Amino acid sequence: MNLIETIKLYFSYPFVIYALITGVLISLCASLFGVSLVLKRFSYIGDGLSHSAFGALAIASVLRISNSMLIVMPVTVLLAVLILCAKENSKIKGDAAVSMISVGALALGYLIMNIFSPPSNLSGDVCSTLFGSTLILTLQPSEVIMSVVMSVIVVLFFIFAYNRIFAVTFDEEFAAVSGTNVKLYKIIISIFIAIIIVLAMNLVGSLLISALIIFPTVSALQLFKSFKTVTIFSCGLSVLCAVIGIFIAVVAGTPVGPTIVAADILAFGVCKVIGVIYNS
Amino acid sequence: MTLIECDNLTIGYGSTAVQTGLNIKIDKGDYYFIVGENGTGKSTLMRTILGFEKPLGGTITFSSELNKNAIGYLPQTNTAMKDFPATVEEIVLSGRQGHLGWMPFYSKADKKAAEDNMARLDILSMRHKSFCELSGGQQQRVLLARALCAAQSMLLMDEPVKGFDPKITQQMYDDIESLHRSGMTVIMISHDLAAAHRYATKTLQLKRERRTV
Repeated sequence: MNLIETIKLYFSYPFVIYALITGVLISLCASLFGVSLVLKRFSYIGDGLSHSAFGALAIASVLRISNSMLIVMPVTVLLAVLILCAKENSKIKGDAAVSMISVGALALGYLIMNIFSPPSNLSGDVCSTLFGSTLILTLQPSEVIMSVVMSVIVVLFFIFAYNRIFAVTFDEEFAAVSGTNVKLYKIIISIFIAIIIVLAMNLVGSLLISALIIFPTVSALQLFKSFKTVTIFSCGLSVLCAVIGIFIAVVAGTPVGPTIVAADILAFGVCKVIGVIYNS
Repeated sequence: MTLIECDNLTIGYGSTAVQTGLNIKIDKGDYYFIVGENGTGKSTLMRTILGFEKPLGGTITFSSELNKNAIGYLPQTNTAMKDFPATVEEIVLSGRQGHLGWMPFYSKADKKAAEDNMARLDILSMRHKSFCELSGGQQQRVLLARALCAAQSMLLMDEPVKGFDPKITQQMYDDIESLHRSGMTVIMISHDLAAAHRYATKTLQLKRERRTV
């Protein structure tokens, strides 16, 4: 059987199509907000929030709550709002606070899982939570629909708030003087970022989410110099890498998350080289 | 008519006051200079008036005549801005965000205003250039154009001519003076005593204080 037929065969399965739809949408949303996070020097927030989400997931699984989202989502949203809206001059500096929360949640999460849950396949569970699992290939239609709905909301919000998001990202204080409700926008942005991160845990796992947020933006920054072009290019690149990554993962049987991230890394390398050549 | 009145105002950060007992009256049409050495709290005063810092004591009263969404503010450029991927046009246009209301996108009038202000400061030809590729003086003019887009009644500037060559400095003062003549209330932080002497209708000189509250 040649390669094209193999691909055809795989993509005749609905679960592969589901994975592709969800993967593309989540990557798109992650890169949309990635631009703001990277430029606001908040790149590390993806890490912090996803590790905290891991901790919350551990608690949910120990408590045997069937729908873990009920715990993971509110905890992550709350932490996102706290981190992004904290005053810059608080006693514990922002980056230190995020690191404390993130490694703390990671350590306690693993500890809790280790102590309380049946040790049947613990390392397998943990590994799939951290690095993304083949879970993405066992998505139910209801989960796909939820991802689609959330993504549509996120993208529509981004388009309609685009000018405000630019203003708040570029200069918060000027935005405030001009009558933009900076606090409200920051809270909404935090909530969306938390939602994207929780959704993305299925796709790439909680250790690798930051890659989806950061890589496409930083790649775009190598080549483009306006906010609009950076945003558009990073979205396109992120979607492309997700498609390529899922394709390779399905056909070659590699883990989905790391394969997508590998595609993002490669794309960054290419952008960097083109950027250097173009600028010299 | 008084637009802003500070009564026995104490400003500073945390528990350290840099100025105490300030009584300031800014009237409509004033060209108000704030001068003084570094560390005397000039920027802190402006930031307190704008609401970024809380007063440590005293009160600030705004006249109901002052449309607080029609204030233009020219901050000092910060490092995060300097490598931000944004074109001149994107930044100047963001000065019109107060006019957006509930609309998601800028109107033709907004774009026209941005163009007019870019032309006024001679940066129209670089409208598609990236902010981070400009010189310090050009960046300052971009931010001033943005402030002018926002300012309908009042313009607050933190050292607008910092790092400019004499020719552009003069041009900038001329521009601000003509705005002032057309009815704009201007508050400016400056080191330039000669300019204060020449243009100011009122001058506030801040001197160093060392006190804690």
